[in-house]
Amino acid sequence: MKTSSRRERTIWTVLTVLVLLYALFPVASIFATSFKLPSDLTTGKFLPTSWSGSNYEQILVGNAQELFLTALRNSVGIALIATFIAVVLATLCAYAIARLDFPGKRLVLTTALAVSIFPVISIVTPLFNLWRRIGLYDTWPGLIIPYLSLTLPISIWTLAAFFRQIPWELEQAAQVDGATTWQAFRKAVVPLAAPGVFTTAIIAFFIAWNDFVYGISLTSTEAARPVPAALAFFTGASQFEAPTGAISAAAIIVTIPVVLLVVLFQRQIVSGLTQGAVKG
Amino acid sequence: MTVTTKPQQASGAARTGTRQYSDRTRAERRLGWLLAGPAFVVMLAVTAYPILQAVYDSLFQYRLTAPQDRQFIGLRNYGVILTDAVFWRDLGVTLLITVITVAVELVLGFALALVMHKALKSVRGLLRTAILVPYGIITVVSAFAWFYAFDINSGYVNHWFGWVPGINPDLNWFANTGTALFVIMASEIWKTTPFISLLLLAGLAQVPNELTEAAEVDGASWWERMSRVVLPNMKAAIMVAVLFRALDAFRIFDNIFIMTKGAYGTETLSLLAYRTSIGRLEIGLGSAISVLLFICVLLICFIAIKLFKVDLAGARGEK
Repeated sequence: MKTSSRRERTIWTVLTVLVLLYALFPVASIFATSFKLPSDLTTGKFLPTSWSGSNYEQILVGNAQELFLTALRNSVGIALIATFIAVVLATLCAYAIARLDFPGKRLVLTTALAVSIFPVISIVTPLFNLWRRIGLYDTWPGLIIPYLSLTLPISIWTLAAFFRQIPWELEQAAQVDGATTWQAFRKAVVPLAAPGVFTTAIIAFFIAWNDFVYGISLTSTEAARPVPAALAFFTGASQFEAPTGAISAAAIIVTIPVVLLVVLFQRQIVSGLTQGAVKG
Repeated sequence: MTVTTKPQQASGAARTGTRQYSDRTRAERRLGWLLAGPAFVVMLAVTAYPILQAVYDSLFQYRLTAPQDRQFIGLRNYGVILTDAVFWRDLGVTLLITVITVAVELVLGFALALVMHKALKSVRGLLRTAILVPYGIITVVSAFAWFYAFDINSGYVNHWFGWVPGINPDLNWFANTGTALFVIMASEIWKTTPFISLLLLAGLAQVPNELTEAAEVDGASWWERMSRVVLPNMKAAIMVAVLFRALDAFRIFDNIFIMTKGAYGTETLSLLAYRTSIGRLEIGLGSAISVLLFICVLLICFIAIKLFKVDLAGARGEK
């Protein structure tokens, strides 16, 4: 290893600052906007002249409360359920792919790949029509089911990659000791696989949390509309007032879970994304 | 190693009788499908079924506002769309956005990957955490952040960059195809570059150190090492990253919907499909656009895999 000279240090400091600026500037921008008073919005300045919490008040306890909090509840509920179902199904599937020999293994993986590149908008029209007929339009299950098309394929790929790296001796040891394949799976594999499953859950949650096309196409009221779709329909406190501040405040609130997960599990998310994508 | 125990076990069973061996194989196969089956069926149910339904619906003249007038018209919906200038304009915009964003993201993503790859241990975690923020953020939130920054009323960009020719306080970025697309693409690039850079980072990690070191010893410059050693060795990772991002960019919807709703010539195929079926309830026409969009995606895949020999399965872990 070379000792880092002063010049090298300076270069690295500059590069680090540049990357941080790149990654965080738009977030800082909307953060600053979320604290602006309506009178402050048109000053053309980045920072508010006086920091005001009135936008947060409006969406959390004020007149936009109904709109935002129901959407938030929908988003959290739907994204968590879609993540849970996808991860359970993907865990079983990825275990079979990584561990068992059965015909059609490649077919399952190819299908997952094909589904993950599927244009979402292509299936929205038929679902819109079908959901209206069978009463799933504007309901939680009406979003959870199509969300599986987003969360399931990437979960299968990521988990299959994780499962290939697990030391399987433990499973065999359990089998030699007389455990059935199922018991070996449950007692020896699950504890080893848990970190991978957890990482996959985070990635799947991000994807479900991010959805906009399904959210905006398959809902029409507060019954199931998730936050991204609700933001697009936000209107100001009065018809003459732009909803800029309220939307920015709502945007910051839904970004908090993302930032928390990223800060806490940076290492896991990076390894999950790269393993699922490129073998390395 | 790990695999060797099993055949021994199996051959032990085989010695006592071939029946037992085949029972075990059969049990394994059954368990395999038992475990993988549900996920497989769900994936087909949520994609294959709707797309087939779309193909079927696209053959009818069918408006939700007048369902009783539904009638079979063969391929006429496709005729209507393919002779409509709007479709070709939207296809053009979609392709333009795809090509530009992917090209910029590839360069920017590679630079980011290099920084993360070479970064000192002390800042590596910080850099990766920062870069995951755009990855995890909701696209709609990113769209609003960029929109408000450039917006003529609430923005500050016009004030900050007033010294750049063409930018002044009266510039309405979203009333003009070129400028609107610029902001739309900026938001898209900001949000998705981290993903591409992580894929490239994984590719970088696969380039054997000995190769670059040997090249350095032989007196190759930084640029020569990059273009002759590093890049050729991570070609597979680059191709996969490009294909995945291209397919993703081709479906662009959220950013445009938030910023312009497709006005001022910024409409893409996804928005056209949405406007036709959800907006105007023209299920027949909308389905036909959906099918055409799907065919475009298949074509891109086909071209990538046949022409550029992108080995998706191989690169994605299944050897």
